Amino acid sequence: MSSKAPQSSRPDRLTEEEVLARVAKAARRASRFADEHITLAHGAGGKATRRLVESLFLEAFRNPLLETLEDQAVFDLRSETLAFTTDSFVVSPLFFPGGNIGDLAVNGTVNDLAVSGARPLYLSAGFILEEGFPVEKLRRIVESMQAAATAARVQIATGDTKVVERGKGDGCYISTAGVGVLERSIRLGAARAQPGDVVIVSGPIADHGVTILLARGELELESEILSDTAPLSGLVASLLDATSSVRCLRDATRGGVATVLNEIAVAADVCVRVEEDRIPVRDAVTGACELLGIDPLHVACEGRVVAVVGAAEAEAAIDAMRRDAAGREARVVGQISSEPRGTVLLRTKFGGTRIVDLLTGDPLPRIC
Amino acid sequence: MRFVDEYRSRDSAQCLSQEIASLLGSRTYQVMEVCGGHTHTIYKHGVEDYLPRGLRLVHGPGCPVCVIPMGRVDDARFLAEQEDVVLAIFGDMLRVPGGQGSLLDAKARGARVRVVYSPLDALKLAKEHPEKRVVFFALGFETTAPSTAATVVRAAREGIRNFSVFCNHVLIVPAVKALLDSPDLRIDGFIGPGHVSTIIGLGPYRFVPEQYGKPFVVAGFEPLDVLQALSMILRQLVEGRATVENQYTRVVPWEGNPRALALIHEVMELRPHFEWRGLGFISHSAFRIRDAYREYDAENLFELPSLRVTDPKACQCGEVLKGVLKPWECKVFGTACTPETPIGTCMVSSEGACAAYYHYGRFQRSPPDAARSL
Repeated sequence: MSSKAPQSSRPDRLTEEEVLARVAKAARRASRFADEHITLAHGAGGKATRRLVESLFLEAFRNPLLETLEDQAVFDLRSETLAFTTDSFVVSPLFFPGGNIGDLAVNGTVNDLAVSGARPLYLSAGFILEEGFPVEKLRRIVESMQAAATAARVQIATGDTKVVERGKGDGCYISTAGVGVLERSIRLGAARAQPGDVVIVSGPIADHGVTILLARGELELESEILSDTAPLSGLVASLLDATSSVRCLRDATRGGVATVLNEIAVAADVCVRVEEDRIPVRDAVTGACELLGIDPLHVACEGRVVAVVGAAEAEAAIDAMRRDAAGREARVVGQISSEPRGTVLLRTKFGGTRIVDLLTGDPLPRIC
Repeated sequence: MRFVDEYRSRDSAQCLSQEIASLLGSRTYQVMEVCGGHTHTIYKHGVEDYLPRGLRLVHGPGCPVCVIPMGRVDDARFLAEQEDVVLAIFGDMLRVPGGQGSLLDAKARGARVRVVYSPLDALKLAKEHPEKRVVFFALGFETTAPSTAATVVRAAREGIRNFSVFCNHVLIVPAVKALLDSPDLRIDGFIGPGHVSTIIGLGPYRFVPEQYGKPFVVAGFEPLDVLQALSMILRQLVEGRATVENQYTRVVPWEGNPRALALIHEVMELRPHFEWRGLGFISHSAFRIRDAYREYDAENLFELPSLRVTDPKACQCGEVLKGVLKPWECKVFGTACTPETPIGTCMVSSEGACAAYYHYGRFQRSPPDAARSL
């Protein structure tokens, strides 16, 4: 701007100096994010990106680590043993009964950390948004993420946003990574399961997968089933505080409880024997699975843990899990035996016996 | 859960199990369940744990996916690869191997294959995409043929011209007859298919007892249905009778569903012969679309290659479909041929004997009494 610009053009007759000072102040002011749709500019790294980051993400996730808006979050963990994980979320539809891609993305990573016995602390969040994605939806997703982070007592410490051209994405994909600290001496692993141990499931299975399947609307079935998406960190802490013989914990996501049981059977070279009539499944979920010809054991959960615990502590473990909201319906569903090795056997409700195999293919695409 | 648990009661199963054991005594019999739905039920619920050793179940050919020959899969692939075509199929057809790979492979390479849950979904797809030609891969026994026929009639009534059907509907009776005429078959009685019978009724099975002297009991698909049907078959055998009986009276009327049959015959007619995977050509064993509806017949609209592809040498699906081999007796079972990489069709559909055995039955079964105390 030239210093000879006519100052009289402004009705209030401010000096150029004053105007520049106001502009600088306005530029510093937290901008209101009034855009209605995501555009390519929001991913270009310029002012629009900054506006999105500051007035949407930072507003929602606000914490001292993120506030610095550096390229990284710097923190001190005061622990030598860390748990570190990453997960990507491409669920379709983005919003479903009981949750949305946002809380799913936080809970999924929190749970992957929690089942190691770690206390989850910090998450990163990477967003891949499609040009034209409504900001109102993004705002709802981000608010759900913050609510889930608060519930799980973690902070979203760093993040990134990219925007892809219309048609090249599916609205919104989220990738989260997480860090937690292992403060206990106990080490968990599927290979530690021993004959005689009991197998516990923390609540009704298959709610999430069936919810998504029905929410896609292709089957024209309606029900009141809600996704079970929930953080498991509180439940795991309660369990590990109360017992000392937990061998392994796994959250049963894609592939369902059947996959987890098979992983245990193979890793520990044991037989996992479960009783169909002890496995908690809601009636509406059983009904949907019967109609669709799928096995609830193969259907994903997003807030259920499978625990293998020494038999002597079975009751203490159940009591501890039930103290947490996510574990109110925890039950012993079976036990570990030695033969036949590497196999999961199910005693059916009918009274017969069959194996439980891994799922072939994927009847539920894009559930998380 | 109502309408499910009462058909899976352990107490009733115990009673039927004892009845079966006392009827059988020291005899040995082989009973074939014709329908893949029964095979699935038997393995999924562990029905065999209630059966004495002298009673052997033989799995039959009643799995519509299993009997589709490789050449027809290749034809379907050809359709899906046409510029403006969307091929609408049922999900369990995706992995069925053709001579040139499966439809899943074709889809990954860009062929337009869409999974649907009913022929009406395919018609809806056609309405939503007037710029595409939607071909529905129709398959199944008389159970599903009426819904295909009804969809063709609706398409004609609504004047939808970008919809057609690649018709692979087959008939149950010629298949059962072909089995009975097979020289290497030793079957003492049949569990008849439940859902097919809701359409065709029980009359068409009379030839089984009358000409071949074998009991034929149509059964439902819950595990207790299967046990009760087995007990009814054994009673006939012990009493020296052979007749058609209906265990599935809660669903199957003796005369079937005349309206559904009329609908099939309005839209479809018998083919002179049709190739069945593993069983070879069987006369009058399949439907094609009638001339009156030729504008909805993909075989009329497209120049299909229609090449006959011989089954891979290692594959013994034919013997498995005829019940000559148990799934695990096939040379490639579970090694070269698995549900992930099937060589034969029996390993693909959840109703296929090999897939059912692989998913549910693949362990050393203890003697009946030991199995009860898990």
